[in-house]
Amino acid sequence: MARTDPKKDVVIVGLGWTGAVLGMELAQEGLEILALERGEDRDTVPDFKYPNIADELKYAIRYDLMQKPSASTLTIRRTGDEVALPYRQLGSFLPGDGVGGAGTHWNGHNWRPQPEEMRLRSYTIERFGRQTIPDGMLLQDYPISYSDLEPHFDRFERMVGISGQAGNLNGKIIPGGNPFEGPRTADYCMPPMPQTYDATLFANAAKSLGYHPFPRPGAIASEAYVNEYGMQLGPCSFCGFCERYGCYNYSKGSPNVCILDALKRKPNFSYKTRAEVLRVELAADKKTATGVSYFDHRTGEEVFQPADLVILCAYQLHNVHLLLLSGIGEPYDPTTGEGVTGRGYAYQMNGGVQMFFKDKAFNPFVGTGSNGMVIDDFGINQIDFGREGFIGGSYISSGTTNGQPIRSMPLPAGTPAWGKGWKDAVGQWYGHAMSIGSHGSCMSYKNCYLDLDPTYKDQFGRAMLRMTFNWNENDIRMTQFMRVKMEEIAAKLQPDLMQSNFKKEGAMYDVRPYQTTHNVGGNIMGDDPKTSVLNRYLQAHDVHNVFVMGAGAFPQNIQYNPTGLVGGLAYWAAHTLRTDYLRQPRNLA
Amino acid sequence: MSDQTPLDWTPSRRQFIAATTVTTAISVLPSWVYAGQADAVPLEQYLPEFLNATEWAFVMAATARLIPSDGHGPGAYEAHVPVFIDRQLASKYGAGSDWFMQGPHDPNAPPAQGYQTPLAPAQIYRQGIAALNAWCDKTHGKRFDKLALSQQDEVLAGVQQGTINLGAELRDFFSILLGNTKEGYFSDPKYGGNYKMLAWSYIGFPGARASFKEWAGQHNVAYPLGPVSISGERA
Repeated sequence: MARTDPKKDVVIVGLGWTGAVLGMELAQEGLEILALERGEDRDTVPDFKYPNIADELKYAIRYDLMQKPSASTLTIRRTGDEVALPYRQLGSFLPGDGVGGAGTHWNGHNWRPQPEEMRLRSYTIERFGRQTIPDGMLLQDYPISYSDLEPHFDRFERMVGISGQAGNLNGKIIPGGNPFEGPRTADYCMPPMPQTYDATLFANAAKSLGYHPFPRPGAIASEAYVNEYGMQLGPCSFCGFCERYGCYNYSKGSPNVCILDALKRKPNFSYKTRAEVLRVELAADKKTATGVSYFDHRTGEEVFQPADLVILCAYQLHNVHLLLLSGIGEPYDPTTGEGVTGRGYAYQMNGGVQMFFKDKAFNPFVGTGSNGMVIDDFGINQIDFGREGFIGGSYISSGTTNGQPIRSMPLPAGTPAWGKGWKDAVGQWYGHAMSIGSHGSCMSYKNCYLDLDPTYKDQFGRAMLRMTFNWNENDIRMTQFMRVKMEEIAAKLQPDLMQSNFKKEGAMYDVRPYQTTHNVGGNIMGDDPKTSVLNRYLQAHDVHNVFVMGAGAFPQNIQYNPTGLVGGLAYWAAHTLRTDYLRQPRNLA
Repeated sequence: MSDQTPLDWTPSRRQFIAATTVTTAISVLPSWVYAGQADAVPLEQYLPEFLNATEWAFVMAATARLIPSDGHGPGAYEAHVPVFIDRQLASKYGAGSDWFMQGPHDPNAPPAQGYQTPLAPAQIYRQGIAALNAWCDKTHGKRFDKLALSQQDEVLAGVQQGTINLGAELRDFFSILLGNTKEGYFSDPKYGGNYKMLAWSYIGFPGARASFKEWAGQHNVAYPLGPVSISGERA
């Protein structure tokens, strides 16, 4: 028998970055807010404290802070002909779990998209012609521009505490920053971090080839800092335990460190952990939501939580799953191309060149999560799509991070996987290798989507989410273009040995090796309700009191790590709610 | 499940000599005071929690081939990797309790679709060791740990390459065994392996020191300090 709790003004589903931002912004309006988080509570102390956090096996290998597939997972197939099978153990991507979500265990790479990425369809057609867009690619503009979002990017960056060097201040190119970025109205709130040896070697080689290296912008405090909510960060210790770990030092920007202790003091905000939302409940006419139903793991009962406003702030995959289960937006059908919910799933196309130097010492355990130097000379706005035969781009970077030996042990190709040869190689090469990585765009396609699995059920008997995704030719051509450029830079460094790892023609998606937790799309934003779930305010076209945060809104993936855009969109949506929607709730588009 | 009868595994003379050599080699490393792994006992006296005597003998023998004792650096034997594996198999890792293990299962699925066997790691070890010992017995007249070292290498290579087929449900046995062996070699000593932080000292990883602010700008200078563990041991 379901319990019904007293009504709230706002219910927030998921307490990671976007849930914390929306919670704080709407709490400032005096609304009664309840956040429901299905994972455990977490804070720097006791969960991330030193020395316990410096445990590679527990956090980086056994994924202690991540979502457990036993509690929640999805099925995956590469093509429509394949039977989708459960993602039984984590590999390719690592969804977060608990208060703070993936914002606790990220590396802190924080980017804004290039202005051209926000209107990629229009930009492509204007510059290179409609014929540049291959069949099967769903190329859409974001329904909001870079300049609309600029103040919200800025606010997110100041709240999180980003260290970096501006390259474009109000249109003026600043030496030492990224000359290819969109104009920013102000510099970063903290100066960049010092750079390690590998990053410096890379930057020098890139410069000698005429490129424009700059320090990677990251949510890693380079000095003492206090943000707008009064939350404090301390300078990073370069501990090296960043991605997959919580920060013991209050240096990595996270919801826990940057928002939640301030938010928890607001009397009109409360949150419940181990409260797993099962669906959004809709009114009989399906035009509005009445609240959410969730399973209370503490009491073992289902609860109906009425609310005037429902904001989905779970991870992208879970938001899409909840929309499908709740009947918000027509499910996407790849055979007809009709329907919207689940349409436009995309990922990220990355590659790398590994170099080995007998006589250089890199100390790979020294580093911040956002360590490194970057070039954006092959970013989206620098590529001739017509000439190169692909739509997209990558940034290219180098910098040691997370160099613990179980997961970070690059060895020369041909090294035996075991035996004396392996043991000799780990002794010889640990600390003597560096890499150059590319991080690139991934377009959306008709045949890459999310829907409900016909076979596998979750612990509540709900159909699991099913992902159909494979690599596409356009993005493989893009990454092969990057390989040539990166091998040229690597050769400048004259390593004793080097080897490349890029997706090749015909590559099939492999769920086993970690690639990136940048799953995007599935509830994309757009002006046309026939091709999007959300309008430009992240409001559901069909259900005006449901807003959906996160990277599910991306029509296709940008070349950068998604958090900066996710954060900018969250502040933009919060601003719209505060200045417009709350005064007169309605469809804003 | 454990079978705590006296162990029938003893290091071969060759391994014993190799181990002695390694001990000598590492003594030239910086001689930080070593506080000791409080609960560590000599490997021969360790009473397995999960593995029975036959399984323990297999894990001792197999890991000693995957990371042998000869040459530079500790082997799996000196690093107490078998202790790590036994404790992991007795833990929630062995039970696969973080993983989605409900059916239907398709262990013949393309490997790129990931872990699809119905067996959790502890079951994979139990069934995999039994199947491989049976194969060795049938082919060579002896179980794995009684084979000559060169034969053990051939058998392990055969399982790795799939020429010795243990069946689809055990397809990942070798990669799990190898992965766990490397985990035991390089993880914090609290988990039973990386005894005395020998593997960290060997490669130059400083363990849980986790504070290097003044080192970012020191380029091409190898970090000079030895490792510390989570419990505060130094080596």
